[in-house]
Amino acid sequence: MTLKDAFERGEFVVTSEVGPPKGIDIAEMMHAAENMKSRVHAVNVTDNQAAVMRLSTIAACIHLKQAGLEPVLQVTGRDRNRLAIQSDLLGAASFGVTTVLALTGDHVVVGDHKQAKPVFDLDSVQILDAVAALNAGTDLMGNDLKGAPEIFAGAVVTPDSNPIRPQLAKFDKKVRAGAKYFQTQAVYDKDSFLRFMEHARCRGAKVLAGIVVLRSARMARFMNKNIPGIAVPPELINELEASKEPEATGIEIAARFIRDTRDACDGVHIMAVGAEHLVPKVLDAAGIGEVGQ
Amino acid sequence: MIVLRLKPIADIRSMVERHARVLVVGCNTCAAVSLAGGETEVETLVETLRLGASRSACQTEYTGAMIQRQCEPEFVDKLEAGGYDAVLSLGCGAGVAFLANTESVPVYPALDTLFIGAAKGHASWQAECSACGSCVLGETAGICPTTRCAKGIMNGPCGGVKDGRCELGDRDCAWVQIYDRLDEQGRGDDFDGLGSTKDNSVNSMTCEWDMNADSGGSK
Repeated sequence: MTLKDAFERGEFVVTSEVGPPKGIDIAEMMHAAENMKSRVHAVNVTDNQAAVMRLSTIAACIHLKQAGLEPVLQVTGRDRNRLAIQSDLLGAASFGVTTVLALTGDHVVVGDHKQAKPVFDLDSVQILDAVAALNAGTDLMGNDLKGAPEIFAGAVVTPDSNPIRPQLAKFDKKVRAGAKYFQTQAVYDKDSFLRFMEHARCRGAKVLAGIVVLRSARMARFMNKNIPGIAVPPELINELEASKEPEATGIEIAARFIRDTRDACDGVHIMAVGAEHLVPKVLDAAGIGEVGQ
Repeated sequence: MIVLRLKPIADIRSMVERHARVLVVGCNTCAAVSLAGGETEVETLVETLRLGASRSACQTEYTGAMIQRQCEPEFVDKLEAGGYDAVLSLGCGAGVAFLANTESVPVYPALDTLFIGAAKGHASWQAECSACGSCVLGETAGICPTTRCAKGIMNGPCGGVKDGRCELGDRDCAWVQIYDRLDEQGRGDDFDGLGSTKDNSVNSMTCEWDMNADSGGSK
């Protein structure tokens, strides 16, 4: 089942993600993906995540597809200009990889090739524009395609971004540019997320709440300090601090958030960041069973 | 103005010290205002290079000179570089290139050309323009997204903005500033209309600008 089908059926959608390896040994990535196969509707594949050079996202998506998983192709504008992005979207679609997440991408100077030329010829909204053009049978310049793809594109949003107003204005632009679904940055404050959902609801796009499982109070503080748009409330940090089994507490915090917000949104996107084995545990704790693939 | 910065002395020395006689040429316009290539900076650089040469038993001799603008024939023509084996320019990239076209000896850059900027205070400048050839400042409330946004994106802040600051940590988020200033000026709704893909061909196709040409423009 594609991500689009899952949304159309009105299911509570579950997605997660894997990162391609730095090298050609895909065993670990495939193992992580297989491990969550029965529990998720789709698996995102990151695109040189955090500007660190890795195996091609499209190649990784094809591997997942061949293993019977539904891949979500993350497309950033950092490394490719408008020719390459459109060309890659067509190439992926020719392999049946037609679910896409459009992102601007982290700047190269935060990654492992700091001296690289940052491209950013297209930003996230403009990548959505490119998808819309391709789906309509032309490229960005209006030239006809020989065979148009049917790409289902989404985007990201940061509900705890500070300041929030320009973030929401850009969210609206993404909806207008054709984003059918959104994955949020990791969210922890239920009330703040529900306020965001009040804005998002009337825009018509599907929203997957972003979940990053906290494994310690230290991790929570690190994310608050270093990751833009993440705000772990102090009471959750205290809860982790007081816990004898912080990982189990982190799983419970994630599951509680899912239970508390599942009626307000359309699903969850669990970013395991290297701990993909926790994905089934979070879903178990949240009372979410297997999904039909 | 064009803002410039002196290269590391070791890098400058490694470029020029194989030459016997080097003419160190300042530029009395942007480079002087940039406190990188004026008379004082030429004197200081010449003294520094001489001192380094005497300590390392290097035979290179350095002499200082000034021209008003290294990018214009009427000033460059007055430069007397005869008898020197190399020119070390304290001009911008255009100055170095123009001198290199004029002089028969090798011309080396002593400065790095950083950006087109405005003075924030004494000895402090901010990048404001990237000379992209398709100005959008009218729509972006006078804040250039191509220059001030680290990613040069056109549709609003990326996910990296943290408390109004850029994810690179060295500047305020240009798109938050654009959003706020449009709002303050009562044209907040204009934000939604921004975001056309940039026409980079203007920059690619404008290597000359000749107002005497028949077309009255670029060739």
